[in-house]
Amino acid sequence: MKYIDEYRDAAAARALAEEIRRITKRSWTIMEICGGQTHAIVKFGLDQLLPPEITLVHGPGCPVCVTPVETLDAACTIAARPEVIFCSFGDMLRVPGSAVDLLRVKAQSGDVRIVYSPTDAVAIARANPDRQVVFFGVGFETTAPANAMAVYAAAQERLDNFSILVSQVTVPPAMIAILSAPHNRVQGFLAAGHVCTVMGFWEYEPIARRFRVPIVVTGFEPIDLLEGILMCVRQLEAGRSDVENQYARAVSQGGNQPAQQLLREVFEIADRNWRGIGVIPRSGLRLREKYRSYDAEQRFAIATAAVARETECISGLVLQGIKKPHECPAFGTRCTPEQPLGATMVSSEGACAAYFRYRGRIASK
Amino acid sequence: MTDPEFHLNCPLPLANHEQVLLAHGGGGRLMQQLLEQVITPAIDNATLQSRHDSAVIEVGGQRFAFTTDSFVVRPLVFNGGDIGKLAVCGTVNDLAMAGARPLFLSLGLIIEEGFAMERLQGIMRSIGSTATAAGVIIVTGDTKVVERGKGDGLYINTAGIGIIEYQQQIAPASIRAGDAIILSGDIGRHGIAIMTQRENLQFETAIASDCAPLHREVAALLNAGIEIHCLRDLTRGGLASALVELAQTAQLGIQIDEHAIAVTPPVRAACEILGLDPLHVANEGRFIAIVPQAHAAAALERLATFGTDYAPALIGQVTTADPGLVTMTSLIGATRIVDMLSGEQLPRIC
Repeated sequence: MKYIDEYRDAAAARALAEEIRRITKRSWTIMEICGGQTHAIVKFGLDQLLPPEITLVHGPGCPVCVTPVETLDAACTIAARPEVIFCSFGDMLRVPGSAVDLLRVKAQSGDVRIVYSPTDAVAIARANPDRQVVFFGVGFETTAPANAMAVYAAAQERLDNFSILVSQVTVPPAMIAILSAPHNRVQGFLAAGHVCTVMGFWEYEPIARRFRVPIVVTGFEPIDLLEGILMCVRQLEAGRSDVENQYARAVSQGGNQPAQQLLREVFEIADRNWRGIGVIPRSGLRLREKYRSYDAEQRFAIATAAVARETECISGLVLQGIKKPHECPAFGTRCTPEQPLGATMVSSEGACAAYFRYRGRIASK
Repeated sequence: MTDPEFHLNCPLPLANHEQVLLAHGGGGRLMQQLLEQVITPAIDNATLQSRHDSAVIEVGGQRFAFTTDSFVVRPLVFNGGDIGKLAVCGTVNDLAMAGARPLFLSLGLIIEEGFAMERLQGIMRSIGSTATAAGVIIVTGDTKVVERGKGDGLYINTAGIGIIEYQQQIAPASIRAGDAIILSGDIGRHGIAIMTQRENLQFETAIASDCAPLHREVAALLNAGIEIHCLRDLTRGGLASALVELAQTAQLGIQIDEHAIAVTPPVRAACEILGLDPLHVANEGRFIAIVPQAHAAAALERLATFGTDYAPALIGQVTTADPGLVTMTSLIGATRIVDMLSGEQLPRIC
């Protein structure tokens, strides 16, 4: 398959791993931000090819993992209402709120539907004028333009029975938060390729300068990731801290301008709570005043209550790259994909689930 | 910007399921738990414990295979088949996986009020022609009609009896370390065909289900004198669930090679787009045969005569390392665990 096969070539992967090994003189800790990259690294066993001096740590870029419990509770409350058709991407359905998850709400008679695009939810609203259709607008800059488009389209059509439950977060403030933390160990970043497809990488240049960290925009296939790591190590060994673009076949510095324009039209920047981490200032998006009537929280007058904290789960530390999944005492015993303590064990992009599925029980031996 | 205050929180979700979820029927780990914790304890016996696709029972010195399966697929008609063809093939295949020659089937229909007569006739014709082609006779049946809204159009249950004419003990308990694992063709077609039609997803190449009876391929292996230790058709949980189940039942390790597992380009493309792993996608016309290494070449040669688009392949072997675990050498040469899914495979956000 074009653009896939050539990026999964075993000989090319070995050559890149060998080059990384050759140039690595010191120990370095590099964070891949995106959950999709974590998934690929563990699935293909890329970390097994790297020299011991290179430690990969996993970042907060799994949209499922960082959606706050309070928002999941709001989703479940709305989805349980008889007049509501609640639409969501598939992997949000399994994530636990404080009492139930959306799959259980569905089992208890909630009309919960999996959609592949927010515009599908708009079409459902159009076809069901006597029902309230709510879309669970979760994710990073990758999902935000399509979510903005759904709200924009609903507003253009004056579809009064459509609304969106927004839990939209952005990457650069999370990177700043990680680098600012006193216990930070991240020395270089692999930035998430598809986020940059939308946003470009101009936002990363001040971060690289301020914190003196190399940032390499990186794709998702094995060769992409190994190239990204190689470019990052080259910079670290040379004492450079630039923003470089490994994923040039999809990403330009300015990104997708019409998508960014649509984002600015519909959303504005806001503080956001990240599950397992806490509030990161200016790290999220909320609907602008003009579109606020499409905000499901407002429409259903949902008050999000703070949820009591459970201390055993270390997903917050995992999401910041401070701990690896198998360093958690509950990993694979009290915490499994069937009975997860935290969202990082639930989502297929979550670092704990990726380790459990592909590595955990080998690593723990 | 000020440093954010990090709070490490994650509330404990409910540990036990108070209701049955769709995921309990997904062929993954939750389904195993449902069987182990709720269903099997009430009816436990030695035959059930063998965890085979069919029960093998002995009457008057002759061994028979006996099995049942229910079909609740949506849409009822899909590219490459329909619920009727699936109901016949599914039961024929369960019998074949015990090394049996399928003989007789029963047919139970649960029809929803309002179901179009013409659709029912079409599905019945498909049942009839599939049974004839597979050489089985439907000898008994049952028809119920339920109120509108209380069924999904049509549910079908089939049960089947086959005769075992070979002395081999084809069962998970016969698997030995060193055995070869042979996969009969490419994987993932049925699940993707169903999903693309159910969700109305358009791909450039239409993907047809692999739905087909498998007893002739099994008979060809047996007639060629190939020693078969175990067979398993790949259904809901895909290749991954079948291998994990066998590794756990036999308490042996299974090592497979990603390079050897065929996936058609359209199925691979659909899986990439939807964030699915082909190893977990359902099949209805593929099986694995676990045979001694010495018989692997002959088995491959026999299966190749059936002419699927993708040749049968030796995909791995049984080991004493890592009992109960399936490991796979990835495309780039590293090793990873192959696991069952927890429940249903859900498309990813991005």
